[in-house]
Amino acid sequence: MKQTIEKETPRNIEHNRVAEFISPGVNIYETKDGYLLEAEMPGVGKDGLEITLEGNELTITGRRNAESPGGEPLFRERSRLDFQRTFELDPAIDTAHINAKMNQGLLTLTLPKSEQVKPRKITVGE
Amino acid sequence: MNLIRYQRPDSVWPTFGRLSSLRDELDRLFESPWADLANTSQLLSGWTPALDVYEDKENFIVKAELPGMKREDIDVSLHGGALSISGERKSETKHEDAEVHRTERFSGRFQRTVTLPAVVAADKVKAQYKDGVLTVTLPKTEEAKPKQIDVSVS
Repeated sequence: MKQTIEKETPRNIEHNRVAEFISPGVNIYETKDGYLLEAEMPGVGKDGLEITLEGNELTITGRRNAESPGGEPLFRERSRLDFQRTFELDPAIDTAHINAKMNQGLLTLTLPKSEQVKPRKITVGE
Repeated sequence: MNLIRYQRPDSVWPTFGRLSSLRDELDRLFESPWADLANTSQLLSGWTPALDVYEDKENFIVKAELPGMKREDIDVSLHGGALSISGERKSETKHEDAEVHRTERFSGRFQRTVTLPAVVAADKVKAQYKDGVLTVTLPKTEEAKPKQIDVSVS
């Protein structure tokens, strides 16, 4: 079975527990060179971002900026919870070279595959 | 000036955020011509950014979650007493040759309209986009601000 970045630990489905986090929406793409992960965390700045790697489990946590109360709420749809999501990484990923960028509440992670697993062309000699 | 506090018109102030997107989609379905629908497949690309509205003494404050947008792709406009936030996130072509594992993010057009409960000073409206959250501050006009009435007891 092919193992990919997208497998998640069952943390999100634990019962009888008050949710402290919401799960950010993500896009995940794979190319021959590696993976690209985009996670939406509106209201989170660079300072509120935490990315941890434990074994091959990558956890992204985004804490929202403290916002001024802004008066009396008339209508509210936005969650005030922070963001968190855990991914199990494909062993092919070179964890030493993961790169993260934060721009307008969008986290972009590039996870390159290590050199030895990239498909290589072998020339056949005469 | 009337003494009745405004009532929330249902179509603009839905009770639940999650339902609102479904309701918006249905509204759009019945409003748009069939040909138009077939072209844009709005039902599949629908995006309803989450939105908060606050009121203090001086202002109405509208906050919308629009992660990963460019400033120039967000339009904020005021028509009469209604604030509209619209824009488009183009689906990116750079991932064309990539294998897609997840697409939970929306792309395409969005529009949200909020009917403001009182008159605002249109020329003093300010919008700021930071960390993926758009904040629109709409100052109330002098007439719309709450007033203290002193009653002298004799």
